[in-house]
Amino acid sequence: MIGFATRRLIQALIVMLVVALLAFTMFRFVGDPINQMVGIETSIEEREALRERLGLNDPIPVQFLRFVTKAAQFDFGTSYQFRQPVSELFAKRIPATLELSLTSALFALVVGIPMGIYAGLNRESPISKLFLSVSLVGISLPTFFIGILLIFLFSVTLQWLPSFGRGETVQIGSWWTTGFLTISGLKALILPSITLGLYQMTLIMRLIRAEMLEVIRTDYIKFARARGLPDRLVHFRHALKNTLVPVITITGLQLGAIIAFATITETVFNWPGMGLLFLQAVQNVDIPIMSAYLLLTAFLFVAINFIVDILYFYIDPRLRVGRP
Amino acid sequence: MPYVSNEEVSAAVQDRSNEQPPAGRVSRILDSDLFHSFLRSKITVVAAIATLILFLLSFLAPWVAPHNPFDLATISILDARVPPIWQEYSDPRFLLGTDDQGRDLLSGIFYGMRISLIIGFCSVIAAAVLGISLGLVAGYMGGRVDSFIMRVADVQLTFPAILIALLIDGIAAGIFGGVDREFFAFYILIVSLALSFWVQYARTVRGSTMVEKNKEYVQAARVIGIPAVIIMVRHILPNVMGPVMVIATINLALAIVTEATLSFLGVGMPPTQPSLGTLIAIGNDFLYSGEWWIAIFPGLALALLVLNVNLLGDWLRDALNPKLR
Amino acid sequence: MNKKTLIFAAFLAAGTGSAAQAETFKFAFQGSLNGLDPYSLNETFTLSSLGNAYEGLTRRGVDLAIEPALAERWEIVEPNRWRFYLREGVKFHNGNDFTAEDVAFSIERVRSEGSDLTTRVPADAKVEIVDDYTVDIVLTGPNPILHYEWDTFYIMDKDWTTENDAVKVTSASDTTPNYASLNANGTGPFKIVSHEAGVKTVFEKNDGWWDEAKHNVDTVEFTPIPSDATRVAALLSGELDMVYPIPVQDIKRINDNAGTVALTGPELRTIFLGMDQMRDELLYSDVKGKNPFKDEKVRKAFYQAIDIEAIKNKVMRDLATPSAIMISPFLFSKSSEFERYPYDPENAKKLLSEAGYPDGFTVGMDCPNDRYVNDESICQAVAAMLARVGVKVDLNAQPKAKYFAKVLASGGFDTSFYLLGWTPGSLDSWNVLSNLMNCRNEAGEGSPFNLGGFCDDKIDELSGKVLTEIDPETRDGLIAEAYKISHDNAYYIPLHQQGLAWGVADNIELVQRADNQFKFRFINKN
Repeated sequence: MIGFATRRLIQALIVMLVVALLAFTMFRFVGDPINQMVGIETSIEEREALRERLGLNDPIPVQFLRFVTKAAQFDFGTSYQFRQPVSELFAKRIPATLELSLTSALFALVVGIPMGIYAGLNRESPISKLFLSVSLVGISLPTFFIGILLIFLFSVTLQWLPSFGRGETVQIGSWWTTGFLTISGLKALILPSITLGLYQMTLIMRLIRAEMLEVIRTDYIKFARARGLPDRLVHFRHALKNTLVPVITITGLQLGAIIAFATITETVFNWPGMGLLFLQAVQNVDIPIMSAYLLLTAFLFVAINFIVDILYFYIDPRLRVGRP
Repeated sequence: MPYVSNEEVSAAVQDRSNEQPPAGRVSRILDSDLFHSFLRSKITVVAAIATLILFLLSFLAPWVAPHNPFDLATISILDARVPPIWQEYSDPRFLLGTDDQGRDLLSGIFYGMRISLIIGFCSVIAAAVLGISLGLVAGYMGGRVDSFIMRVADVQLTFPAILIALLIDGIAAGIFGGVDREFFAFYILIVSLALSFWVQYARTVRGSTMVEKNKEYVQAARVIGIPAVIIMVRHILPNVMGPVMVIATINLALAIVTEATLSFLGVGMPPTQPSLGTLIAIGNDFLYSGEWWIAIFPGLALALLVLNVNLLGDWLRDALNPKLR
Repeated sequence: MNKKTLIFAAFLAAGTGSAAQAETFKFAFQGSLNGLDPYSLNETFTLSSLGNAYEGLTRRGVDLAIEPALAERWEIVEPNRWRFYLREGVKFHNGNDFTAEDVAFSIERVRSEGSDLTTRVPADAKVEIVDDYTVDIVLTGPNPILHYEWDTFYIMDKDWTTENDAVKVTSASDTTPNYASLNANGTGPFKIVSHEAGVKTVFEKNDGWWDEAKHNVDTVEFTPIPSDATRVAALLSGELDMVYPIPVQDIKRINDNAGTVALTGPELRTIFLGMDQMRDELLYSDVKGKNPFKDEKVRKAFYQAIDIEAIKNKVMRDLATPSAIMISPFLFSKSSEFERYPYDPENAKKLLSEAGYPDGFTVGMDCPNDRYVNDESICQAVAAMLARVGVKVDLNAQPKAKYFAKVLASGGFDTSFYLLGWTPGSLDSWNVLSNLMNCRNEAGEGSPFNLGGFCDDKIDELSGKVLTEIDPETRDGLIAEAYKISHDNAYYIPLHQQGLAWGVADNIELVQRADNQFKFRFINKN
């Protein structure tokens, strides 16, 4: 076990290093940061001096080494645009993204699971077909378009819900801000969460439906029925329990995806999270923010993958033999 | 959104792998089960016909479209933002109105759909070829090769399609200098999308291959000295084509939607060569100003296209899942 | 965190929320206020925002006329010696007195390494403190426009800056945040009470301001909203009191909407097209061995192929003024003497034939797509218009970061044909001549923003005279002469002055200045 974990850990480290290298290489080519840092009338000599001070004239391997060493100490440098340490900027933005992601994951689960169960149990019912069609429309429209239509309907036309931002937030502790404790904060969460969670909801619904369809056909359920157990009991005690394992796994994995893809939703709703910070950084060629964001998402995915692998190791004994 | 869990798909895969693998099975399925289940589902028949019509309209765009929106010499800024024909101030030349540059929207949709579809098909094929090859190799060879490929897959998964597009866009710009975007955007998108989607094929194919390679017939083939490449292509590949088709269909829809999102973020097709996504992104800016048609019509076209392709993918998945028969 | 503190925190938030609602003005802009150091970024919005907390010796009024601010008056005592008489009794937000020491300190700081505003004060100028409220600036030669950009050269408190270890200008290469970048201490009508870069900045009224307050808002909240659609939606839904800029197509919608109105006016930015006239062969063209743009006929053909009225009506929805010269008519007295070459595609074709291109040619065009009002649409329209006279344009529209990296000196002037906009920071023609119209070498020495690199010795000679000429009438004559040479040779193709469009709630009164600066001291909420 320890050997397996160590190997995976080393692999994870290599993955992170490769991501770091990719991130570093990529951002070397995105654009010239100097143009964003100075006004249009700044002279060429001053630009060159700034370039020198930033170390942009050093050999590439030297720049990479500096980058990795610092990143390992959670020092992602100073943002070109904001002239503040990137780690501080991220610390301020993380609560916004996490609250949005969790709310939308919750929305996806709370709405998706019952819809999936219903559609799985009543395969031919018109409501199931409606659920399926709606879910198909849901994934057939781009997220940004759904977001903008929601704003158009609920903010501009009906004026029920805010169109941007987090509303009023409350400071908890030294660095966490929450929108859960104010009315305007909760209202501001509704539209972005739906926009972000819609896709996951569709996914979970379809997954549960498919699993239910399969489980119901298994001998074990047929046997339970034959024993004369009531439908309700069969469905929820036996069938649902079996479908939940893959759902939980996938939801766990999707949480990372939600956080990464909050970028688009955050852009549409001007949600002050990490994704918006990242996209603005891309537009302004703010290399430190971009690399930090990329490394953070990579870290998140690698960590989740690592945990899932270890869990599988426990759950599925076959893996212990099959792997070198 | 450019990510999909294909757990549902792989569920289907693993079960199929338990069946006996006689040669020529693909064609037999096409002859019987699949085709019957196709005719049984009315929605699927409708979706297939609708998809076919949309494909025809797109690929025959130069012949069926009333105008050529890419020919700068024929468009005039003076025709900008003409509303659709049933509204006031419309122009009989433009059935669905014009966009902000005076391009006929109907023609723009045909041509745009063509671009979206070409990008979709190319990226799906590229992703499939890449993913299947790597999956076969990883599953068959096992060991270090397998772990290397799967770690590469992990790295890839950390980069969402948007980031990959930015990455490739940036590198292309860095290497080729300022050569014009019109030419590049197309290839950048295909490569970005292909790189975001190959992992699913690889993982699926790898799983099946790992199971398949321990079967007696493969062992036997190995013993009599048939080269690995031939075993993979002749014996293992046909067995995974079903799930690959399902992934490909779903990915086509996903690729089109992702392309639209990338356009929204400014790394998609340029407005001079608009795809459906670009058209919607352009139209977005005119949504509040009352010129709704610039965004809504391409949006409807996109939704229609993706919806139909998704319906086909849905049906294909259910039809290929032996447990549901 | 236990439950009690949570509830307490929620209560606190509710309390401050209702208290601040009294006279709060909320607005959004497309960009963000990145840092609070007034010398670290020479950019309109940053300077405009900081100008509510900080003040210069001078300021500009509603009509952009120079007014006294921290200096009550000034005079040129000798040709090279300017004397500024400072306002007495002015206090910084932290209570410190404003004196000549602060002015001298600010002049040194703005010229120090890392400052992006070094050109505000000539490097060789000397500062002499006469007494606590009198400062002399000694120049090495006459300079009639010394103080033209001083409305955005803000005076900082020497003691505050020194105590907080912020004497060095905040620079991007800093590893620790500079105090002055996160805090502000000016003399202006508003204090910055909280600043979260890229998210929100809160300004509060300064009751101790030296001038009579004509504004009635107590708190101003700024939120950056980069997306056009979101910004407009936030105004339409009544969440914000003002947003800017608004896309031209939404002007009607905002006017039709109950409770909001679009405020439009001219801006001082000139949008123009430039051509590579320096290289012997264009980088992006099918014409090999020669540069078609070196031929005046080709340049005029391009000029006359462009239907400026169509761009004005259809792309800009009339929110633009076609322009014949490279500066706003508001900034130059003799601008009415110039007239655009008429739109004449037939003549354009004829000129192209005469120049040896009867079938036109292909040329690559560079264009930003997020910098100026409808920049990409203008380029697309230009491409379509040129297509009609046989010139095929390969348009390369990019975000401003990439665009500027490519076409400016740092990218080696990598362009053949481009669209650019220019606002002279000093609101004076010398800025235009010296930045856009003088000769330059390949490294960009000379006029760094003459991207096409045309070179006309007569213009260089004239701009040298303009710099030192004191008499306004003679000076304007020299400027007009330079502009005429540019016009006659079609060195540039000026397109238009773009317009400003702000979206404002009905109950708000404010002033839209043509320099696109937004001053809170003009806001009244009814």
